[in-house]
Parts: sequence; C-alpha cells; structure tokens
Amino acid sequence: MQYIMIDSCAYNQDRIRFVALTPDDIKSIAHLARLGVEEDALAPLAADLSSMLTLVEQLQAVDTTGVEPMAHPASASLLLRDDVVTEPNQRETLQAPAPATQDGYFLVPRVIE
Amino acid sequence: MHDKTLAQQAALLASGELKSVELVDHYLTRIERLNSNLNAYILVDEDRAREAAVAADARLQKGEGGPLTGIPIAHKDIFCTKDVRTTCGSRMLENFIAPYNATVVDKLNDAGVVTLGKANMDEFAMGSSNENSFFGSVANPWQHDRVPGGSSGGSAAIVAAQLASAATGTDTGGSIRQPAAFCGVTGIKPTYGRVSRYGMIAFASSLDQGGPLARTAEDCALLLQAMCGHDPRDSTSSLTDVPDFSATLNDDIKGLRIGVPEEYFAQGLEAGVADAVKTALAELERAGAILKSISLPNQGLCIPAYYVIAPAEASSNLSRFDGVRFGHRAENPQDLEDLYKRSRGEGFGPEVKRRILIGAYALSAGYYDAYYRKAQQVRQLVTNDFTEAFKEVDVIAGPTTPTTAFSRGEKSSDPTAMYLNDLFTVSANLSGLPGLSAPCGFSNGLPVGLQLIAPVNEEARLLNLAHQYQSVSDWHLQSPVAND
Repeated sequence: MQYIMIDSCAYNQDRIRFVALTPDDIKSIAHLARLGVEEDALAPLAADLSSMLTLVEQLQAVDTTGVEPMAHPASASLLLRDDVVTEPNQRETLQAPAPATQDGYFLVPRVIE
Repeated sequence: MHDKTLAQQAALLASGELKSVELVDHYLTRIERLNSNLNAYILVDEDRAREAAVAADARLQKGEGGPLTGIPIAHKDIFCTKDVRTTCGSRMLENFIAPYNATVVDKLNDAGVVTLGKANMDEFAMGSSNENSFFGSVANPWQHDRVPGGSSGGSAAIVAAQLASAATGTDTGGSIRQPAAFCGVTGIKPTYGRVSRYGMIAFASSLDQGGPLARTAEDCALLLQAMCGHDPRDSTSSLTDVPDFSATLNDDIKGLRIGVPEEYFAQGLEAGVADAVKTALAELERAGAILKSISLPNQGLCIPAYYVIAPAEASSNLSRFDGVRFGHRAENPQDLEDLYKRSRGEGFGPEVKRRILIGAYALSAGYYDAYYRKAQQVRQLVTNDFTEAFKEVDVIAGPTTPTTAFSRGEKSSDPTAMYLNDLFTVSANLSGLPGLSAPCGFSNGLPVGLQLIAPVNEEARLLNLAHQYQSVSDWHLQSPVAND
C-alpha cells in the first residue's frame, strides 16, 4: 500500500495523512454516492481515482494563508422577487418523464413494511 | 450554399434570394450523406426543421425577420428541447423527453432559427474527445481518425463539416474552445452568467456557460446576441446590460494591448501550435495591437483546482438522477437503495462514475478542507493573477490547446492524461472570464486554435479582435476536403 504524506493546511494544525485509495475505499465512496459499481470495477477505479488524487495533490504545497475561498465567479447577491404566485400547477407535465407514477405520486419500492 | 458563412446566408435570406426551406433541405441532404461517417448528430428532426423553415420564410416575407431567422443550427444535446429527446450523451437519459425548452433554445427560437437536430457530446459534458458519449464517438472532419475534441465535439464537427450554419455548445473547462480549436471553427464562452443555464443540464454549476460555435467571429456575435440576457429562472444570471456585439466588430485595434503569458509557451507545447500562434500574434501586431509579455504565476494550478471543484459540483448535481423522477430506472429493484444504486450504476458511463466518486470523496467528512476548500482558495489565486494582468493589458492571447487533435483511442484509457487538454482553457472558467478560440493555422494538416481571454463582460472586445484577425487571414474559411 502506498502512503502519501502531505503538509498540513494552514487552517488546520493537524497533519493529515492521505492513503492511496483501495477497492474497499471505492466501495464505501460508491455507497455514499448511491452508485452501483461492479466488483471487478473496484480495483481499476481505485487506480484511476488514486491517479486523480496525485494530480490534485500539488494544491497542498500552495500557501493559501488568509486567502478567501472563491465559491463562485458571480459576486452579486441573490435577487428577491415579489411574493406572488408565478408558476402554474404543472404536475402532469413535469411527471410525464418519470418511470413510474400513480395518483400524482412517484412510485418507489416499498420502504415501510 | 453550405460554404457561406451564417452572415452571408442571412443576407441572402433577407433579400429573398434564398429561402429557409431550400437551405434546410440542403443541409438535411448533406447530413444524410455525411453524418453516418462523422456521428456528429445524435438526433435529426427533419419534420420539425421543415416546419420551422416554412414559418421562418413567412416571417421573412413579411419583413419581420432578424439576422437569425431561417438559419439552420444544431443544439448540443445538453440543452432541453420540449417534445424532442434530450440525452446529454448518456444512457441515463436515453429516452428522456424534456417538459420544457432551455432558455437558450427559446431565445434562439424567438430569433427564428431552425433546429436541425441535437449534437453529439461527451456524456454529461465530461470529456475532451467526445469518446465518452453513450451514442458513440465522433470523427474530426479534417481527419476521421482524430477526435473532434470535447465535450461539444458534435457541435464543432457539425460546423466544420458544414452540416449546419452554426451550433450551440457549453463550456465548463474548455468544452466550446477546445473542440473549436480541434475542428478549425470559431467558438466563444461568454462571461459566467451571460447565458442562462435554465434547461441546460448541469455539470458544474459555478463553471458551466453556454455559447455558440460558428465559422466566424461575426457569426458568433449574431448568435451570442440572441443567447445572452437576464433570465429570472437562473439565479446566477447576469443583470449587466448586453451590448450590441456586431456594432464594434470593425473597431480599430490600433493600440490594443495584448498580453502573452509566458506560461502558455512552456515545455509541452506542440511546435506547430506554437509557430501558428506566434505568427497570428505577429499578424495582430502588424494590425496595430501592442504585444506585451505577461505572467500568470498560478497557471499550473488550474488543472488540479479544476479537477477538485468540477467533480465536487458534479457529484452534487448528478445526485438528481435517482431512477425515480426521470431517466433510467433499473428493473425489479429489491428496495429503494437497490433502485438508486443500480439505476445510477447502469445509467452512467465510466468517466461520469469516476467524477462522481472523486467528487463525493473530496466533499466527504475529513477531506473537505484539504481538497474542496483548498481548491477554492487556489481558484481565488488564479483569479487574482488575471486581475493583476488586466491592469496592464486589454486581452490575453495564446494557444487554445497544447496540441492539435489527437488520435481516437489514444488517451481514452488514461483519464488524467486526457485532463491536460484543458491546460489553457480551465482558467477562464475558474475566474468566470469570457474566452474565444479562432482558427489560426495548421500543424501537420490539423487546425490550430488561437485563444483570446478578456476581462469580465468584455465579449465585444474578443469578437472585435477575432473579427479583425479574420479580416486579414483566411484560416476560418478553409474547410476539410471531405466536405465536398
């Protein structure tokens, strides 16, 4: 197993140790993302994602002390609109692309027994 | 008539010398003959196209048309089109029919364009070669064994092969400019917020911008005019006034200061690309522009920052595809979790899965600060570089891509090598700046793109400069032999 050591970030006093991702890691990330991944795809994905992490690793060497994170290029604040009804009820139109509906509801497998 | 520019076609339509129905039929015949080898269209809608052409001709007859009325275009299949399939290049949306039009589609329809069909693309706009499409890869019209670039690869190939007068595209890290460069066409990504994202299927919402691809800067000005404008349905839509882009195309560029970043000409740049770009810059200097060497010291960090931010946003955006409300749904799910996992596992292709996973990882507890927050701080540093540079210069110029179009299959097995294609283009997305790519020569028989970047809201300056360049060069008018 390959261990990558990186310097702590300026805003974090602890040193963080990153580990190249394993097939088990992929399994748990895939679960978080609710993404089905075949057993035999786990190892190649672990290799691909580890190489992506290596690519982005050089960010850690940058001194970003005091730099405000930039979330977005649009600096303007959100606009408020008048508090009036603007959208008509379009339930049928908007549900038309759904794989399964009944009585205006989306159908999913039984959740409560 | 396919070898005419959009502006020339518009003049013929306006004078009545040409009918939209003739133009549309002409393109449909070309598509029939040439698309099977290129695979640039995912869908061609002949009936609707002919119907729209008849309506456009009636409008022109009454003298109510504008410069785009009756002009046949293709929409990248990321833009929702009411009653017509919108796939985003994915199995997930193989049979998806959007219940409404994207604002871009509505605006162009209002201007009277005729939509011929939907252009192929990398799945969910993730890719630089169009090899990630569920509907098959696309050939570069200049050399069919080469990629057209991506993710708007179908759009660029359509314009280069003259299978429409123009096409729409989207650009998250270079997806308009890189394929425009690879296919020898002109494409512009406007300032973030200029073009509404409503109905444009989201990849990375703080980076995504729509824009046009066409033969010339003059054509792009006409299209961009119709595409821009505030849209209350997009919360990040810009309130800034949209200038008349065509009005300033002929402005004198004498004294315009062009910054040439030394980082763009570093090791790794294909010699033929460097030569073509330097020759183009010398041409602009002869036309009166002033060249100035500048530095963008954090340029090398753009790709790493981008490949944290874009996948993080994608993993969040693509959570909407759950097999419940729209898109692919797995057969016989055991329970809700199985429904989610198998619908997504079956619906998404390999590159989309990689980006969802790396994005989910970068956002997960314990890693958020080290990856996502750090990348956002670097994004600010990259933006500061531009702010500093634009104190000294009016426009930044350099190559659009480090190489010309690479061979199909050459990079598809190495995702990170593929990412380096975006080396010069992602910075404009990170900083929300307008960027344009225009043809500026050839290297080994393949087109080279000149990239121009301007400060926020200065698209007119880019179009003016590109138009002036195209007035003294003819690279943009050359077309692949295979077109005829």
